[in-house]
Formats: sequence, structure tokens, C-alpha cells
Amino acid sequence: MAATDIRQRTAVLFIAVMLGHIILISAQVNSRAGVPLLEVVTFGTFAEVQRAASTVTGGVRTAWKGYVNLRGVRAENEQLKKQLADLQVQFQQERAAAEHAHQLEALLGFQRQVGVQTIAAGVIGAGASPDFRTMTVDRGSSAGLKANMAVISPSGVVGRVVTVASRAAKVQLLVDRNAGAGALVERSRAQGVVLGSGEDLLRMDYVSGIADVKPGDTIVASGIDGIYPKGFLIGKVESVDRGAGIFKVIRVRPAVDFNRLEEVLVVTTPPQANAAGGGVS
Amino acid sequence: MKGAVIAVIIAIALALQTTLARYVTPGANAIDLVFVAVVYISLTGGPVAGLMAGAIAGLAQDALAATGVSVISIGAGVATARSIIGVGGLAKTVVGFVTGIIGTQFIVARPIPRALVFFAATMGHAIIFLGLYSVLDPNYGGTSYGTIASQAGANALAGVLLFQVSESLPGIVDRRRSMSGGMHINRRLD
Repeated sequence: MAATDIRQRTAVLFIAVMLGHIILISAQVNSRAGVPLLEVVTFGTFAEVQRAASTVTGGVRTAWKGYVNLRGVRAENEQLKKQLADLQVQFQQERAAAEHAHQLEALLGFQRQVGVQTIAAGVIGAGASPDFRTMTVDRGSSAGLKANMAVISPSGVVGRVVTVASRAAKVQLLVDRNAGAGALVERSRAQGVVLGSGEDLLRMDYVSGIADVKPGDTIVASGIDGIYPKGFLIGKVESVDRGAGIFKVIRVRPAVDFNRLEEVLVVTTPPQANAAGGGVS
Repeated sequence: MKGAVIAVIIAIALALQTTLARYVTPGANAIDLVFVAVVYISLTGGPVAGLMAGAIAGLAQDALAATGVSVISIGAGVATARSIIGVGGLAKTVVGFVTGIIGTQFIVARPIPRALVFFAATMGHAIIFLGLYSVLDPNYGGTSYGTIASQAGANALAGVLLFQVSESLPGIVDRRRSMSGGMHINRRLD
């Protein structure tokens, strides 16, 4: 009798929890709202836990490195890394500026400023689930961060800010299955949309079957989405196949090693969406 | 197993997942320590503990990792994607419950059966998770079998290690206690 009661209670509990989930999912599927308030509050609270955990693990790692490496060599190495990172960002900006100078719109007098204003932010945590590729940075709304700001690194485009708490922000990485960016092939100027797949490679969709794209081509942000600064590096073409439809099937290897990110730059001056009709919402 | 213990184990797993997991198995093949914790709780605590752990852990992961809705439109086309809070929760609830039943019906006390349970649980979780997403979001890209299999392997390895550590820890503590007790007696005899 008692065993039957326990079994019944377990079954009721299981059904209740499942029902709760189904209601929760249904509410979201019917809604067209962006980020739920629950998510912002939960994220803001947990970001503080992540900050504390990151401080502890960071302290341990720093202490360990300090013991293993010579203090002077390490400091010099850090300084050189910083200099290299600065130069790489500068190089990307210069390259984007050079491209602009060669384009028709420059001839027509539509020159645009390529230089972007950024805020440096440290990575304090990775995503809570491997099913979504996100990370947490230690800057939030108090530092001027807003949703949909682009996040870059010296190597290239990292992702965009999706949730902002006061002292932390969640960044959706470009490799996340829900991420995407307007992109173009640097050599042939063929346009498309780069989409994350949740795995290590990106895919580039909506590229015409007759477009000139080869493995090894550099893919850069087109700026048409109104988030990512034009000309910033996304990655290199890994493979090109003829799709079943009118578009090519293109795989892109990201320029950024998302697992090694320690510091990133948040672009605080998002580019305007192209008049041709683009944007991200 | 008490609710507070479940919550603490999941909180520790979440903290480790967000800070250390990416250094262990990078990228898409990343280990899911929260999932490992759910299966561990299910096998040691039974179906009720399993479903509660699955629900809490899944919802926490969904809420923390969710990226909202994004619509990218350019002249060539429109790409829409969304993350849904509750899908991971539901998948982990089912897996926690079923694993809990398996833990009570079968003897899962050796490394290989445990590894198999962790492996199968990860595969089951992936089937429910990806299945639900493919139904709810037509633009959902899916995941390759290789990635799922490598995740399952990593989770199985971590799960077996977790059991080994949790089972050998009391023995180590006892041995240390008895050693320090013996030394104390020797000192007194001296």
C-alpha cells in the first residue's frame, strides 16, 4: 500500500514537473518577445556567482603561473601580448579602412568612418550549457553596454551582447546555433549570412550558386546587419559545395579561438544598417 | 536525497561548468558537468531526486544560456533563430526520472555499466532536446552524430570518475583518521 502511494506520488510529481515545462515552453513559443525578464534576473544573479568563482579560479591560476614562470619574463610576455593585440586590432581597422577607400561608394563621396569605439571586458565565465555557445563578460550596463553591441577580439568577430546585467553581460558567440552575421567574401565581394551551427565551424548561407567563392577565401563582416563593424574578420572558407537549391553550401572556420578568449572588446558604436535592407532584431 | 543537497550539487556543477569545463574539453565537444551531476543524483537518489535535479538543472541552464530571438535579414534572405527556456529542463527531467528508475531496478555499481548509463543518458537527452527544438523551431540547425557521441563519451568518463571519487573519499578520510589516531596513541604511549 505504502509502495503504491510512493509510486503514485512520484508519477504525479513527474507529470506536474513535465506539465510545468510544457506550459513554460508553450508560453515562449507563442510569444514574440525577445529576452524574458526571468532570464535577465537569473542571469544577473548567477553572473555574480560566476564573478566570484572566476576570481577564485583566476587567483589560483595566477598564483600558479607566478610560481612556475619567472616574474619578469611573464610581465614582459603579458606586455608584448597586449601590444600585439592592440596592433592586430589596429591592423584590422586599417584593412577595413583601405577596403572602403577602394569601393565605389568612396568615389561617390559616401566615405564612412571605420574606427570604432570599444570597451575592454574580461571573460569571467563560459556558457552554462554546451548546447548554447555563450560567455559572460565582466562589464554590464553600468559600463555602457547594451544588447546587440558587437564583441570583437584582435583575431576577429566574437559575437554580440544578448543580455545585460548591471555589472556583467552575456555574449552570444558567433558559433552559437542561434547566431548570425551579415558577411561577404573579401576577394569577390559575394554577400551572404554567416550562421553558427553550435559546432566549431560556421556556415555561410544565401550565397548565390554562381558566386565566386573558393576554399581559403577570407570572410569579413559586411556591416549590413547593423551590429558587426564592416570589414572585421569572421574566418576563412573551409569548403564550398554546390547545394541542392540555388545557393552554395559554404563552411567557414572562425578566425577566433573561442575557447582561449580572456579579454574582448565591446563595440559601443554600432554601425547603421545598410540602406539596401538589413538588420538584426 | 534532500532538496538542499541536490541544489548544492547542481550549483557546484554549474560553477565548474562555467569556469573550468571549457579548458577540459573545448568547443562543441564540451563536457556537460551539470548533466553529469543530474545523472549522478538520479543513480544515487532515485527517480524523484532525478526528476527534481533534472528540472532544476535544466531550467537553470536554459535561463543562463538562453540567447533570445534573433532575426537577421539582408537583401538575400532572412535567418531566424530562437532559444526556448524549458526545452533543456524537460529533456533533463525525463532523463533524470528514467535514469533514477534504472538505478533502482538494476545494479549499476561497476564502472562499465555506469559509463553505459551516462553514455545512453546523454544520447537520450540529445534526442529529446534536438527533437523538441526541431519541432518548435524549423530553423534549428541540429548537431552532428559525432559531436553527440563525443559529448556522451566525455560525460561517461566524467561520471565514472565522479563515482570513483565520491566512493573512495570516505575511505581516504577514514584511513587518515585512523592514521592520525594511531599516531596520537603512539605519542601517548611514548
